[in-house]
Amino acid sequence: MKLTDLNKVLNSELTTKIKSSLIENEELLLKIDVNDLNSVILFLKSNNKCKFRQLIDIVAADFPNEEKRFKIYYLLLSHENNLRIKISVNFNIDEKIPSITKIFPSANWMEREVFDMYGIKFKNHPDLRRILTDYNFKGFPLRKDFPLTGFNEVRYSEKDKKIIYEPVKLEQNYRDFDFDSPWEGTKYMKEIKQKSKDD
Amino acid sequence: MTKQKKTMNLNFGPQHPAAHGVLRLILELDGELVEKVDPHIGLLHRGTEKLIEHKTYTQALPYFDRLDYVAPMNQEHAFALSAEKLLKIEVPIRAQYLRVIFCEIGRILSHLLNVTTQALDVGALTPSLWGFEEREILMTFYERASGSRLHANYFRTGGVHQDIPKNLLDDIGKFCEKFPKTLDDLENLLTDNRIFKQRNVQIGVVTKEDALAHSFSGVMLRGSGVAWDLRKSQPYECYKNLDFKIPVGKNGDCYDRYLCRIEEMRESVKIIKQCLKQIPSGPVKTIDGKISPPRKKDLKQSMEALIHHFKLFTEGYRVPKGEVYSAVEAPKGEFGVYLISDGSNKPYRCKIRAPGFSHLQAMDFLIKGHMLADVPAVLGSLDIVFGEVDR
Repeated sequence: MKLTDLNKVLNSELTTKIKSSLIENEELLLKIDVNDLNSVILFLKSNNKCKFRQLIDIVAADFPNEEKRFKIYYLLLSHENNLRIKISVNFNIDEKIPSITKIFPSANWMEREVFDMYGIKFKNHPDLRRILTDYNFKGFPLRKDFPLTGFNEVRYSEKDKKIIYEPVKLEQNYRDFDFDSPWEGTKYMKEIKQKSKDD
Repeated sequence: MTKQKKTMNLNFGPQHPAAHGVLRLILELDGELVEKVDPHIGLLHRGTEKLIEHKTYTQALPYFDRLDYVAPMNQEHAFALSAEKLLKIEVPIRAQYLRVIFCEIGRILSHLLNVTTQALDVGALTPSLWGFEEREILMTFYERASGSRLHANYFRTGGVHQDIPKNLLDDIGKFCEKFPKTLDDLENLLTDNRIFKQRNVQIGVVTKEDALAHSFSGVMLRGSGVAWDLRKSQPYECYKNLDFKIPVGKNGDCYDRYLCRIEEMRESVKIIKQCLKQIPSGPVKTIDGKISPPRKKDLKQSMEALIHHFKLFTEGYRVPKGEVYSAVEAPKGEFGVYLISDGSNKPYRCKIRAPGFSHLQAMDFLIKGHMLADVPAVLGSLDIVFGEVDR
């Protein structure tokens, strides 16, 4: 089975549940609604034509400028058909995502990681704790509004005889360069230019 | 009178030689039987994914050496492949062969470490001494090609950093002649060893279905009898021109996984030998000046080369907008990179799929009902390296 065939099969079987499907860079991406997540993934796993029996990874991404801020991709693999598929859902931070741990037990830690890094909450997850960051860590490090240098730093205090947390103090501020062409001017110049172009 | 069951909690690690790095396992024990395991990971978390979002594509590459630091170039490979997929560039044939040679060296490096340290965990000292001697030779090859024994930073988008020095291929060839003998010696010590077998046979058994459900890949999957290897099923680079076999286990226990790793090393040697025969001469990176930097020689003569050099080492190259997932068969399993580019010179999001993460997750499932002494044996056969699990 080829990717295009799979696309046809999925479109005829799942019909309205698929918001859009496209093949780009030889990869099939299905966009679906959050509420259909469990049923679509269960279908992909159990359907005899699809047989996506392995969950490869769960990838979250933060797009602060978009209407729905977060996006989660589910990467599935079918050994029998030698195919991969990506399923993506868009949602806002106040929404809870249905957990797929019942379908794939390995989703447990992957969802924990997403929760740890982005603060996305999962419905019916058996054990939603932080996983990679420190005990008592605050904030969600992979969100775009979290600074690269973080908020707190750790050191051993000789006085208190224990490890303490302090706000980050940097000798030099983190430098971020603007690599856009100098001929187009600095950022505000570009914005003015863009405005006049739009008018 | 009924006997009341008392369980004891035991902290295994974070400082424990058999934890292979910094792992904290909280074991719930009923006598010597393990009832529950709760692995606490993240003690080596360095925020690689966040850092990569703030670096150009060239600067992001060295972070991959620091993930699974036992086989650095295999990781670099996944990242290079994903950037190439977005840029839609072809890698010259010679570079493909060089990449495969060094990836297979990486596989031997990783398996040697795993097999021998697992033996160490269950009580055999000598294999690790012999194995490390061979690793030393392999790391010299790394050093001669890239200038560094561990953090190679050798692969580039569109090829490899530079051509290898003279005689290196001959020396790798000589190593390939000698190495199977060392493997035989190792096997003499371990394969039929009564103690080694008692500690590994029928320990940590995984069925086919469980292996799939727990997202296992690599040896963990093949040890359970699933014939799946990305080098064969979704070949990248020049793997389709090479002839090799995929060793598959039968029982899915620690012992089968050990056998798989030994056989894979033999296959890797075969692959390297074929590569040495087939490798053509030619360029080692793409000739597109917008992506790969010019030669030092040209900098003195050509204005264009100078501009390219300046632009590449300040701004870097821009990668077209898009999202790709590309995976390689790393020694530990499927190592993948999900790359989201917004068209700028830095990745917008770079998710790293580490095989060890899913393997360690199954620890609770694997060890339930086993004895405390089996914990290091199972942990060893999972082949965990914390660089990649914690990222």
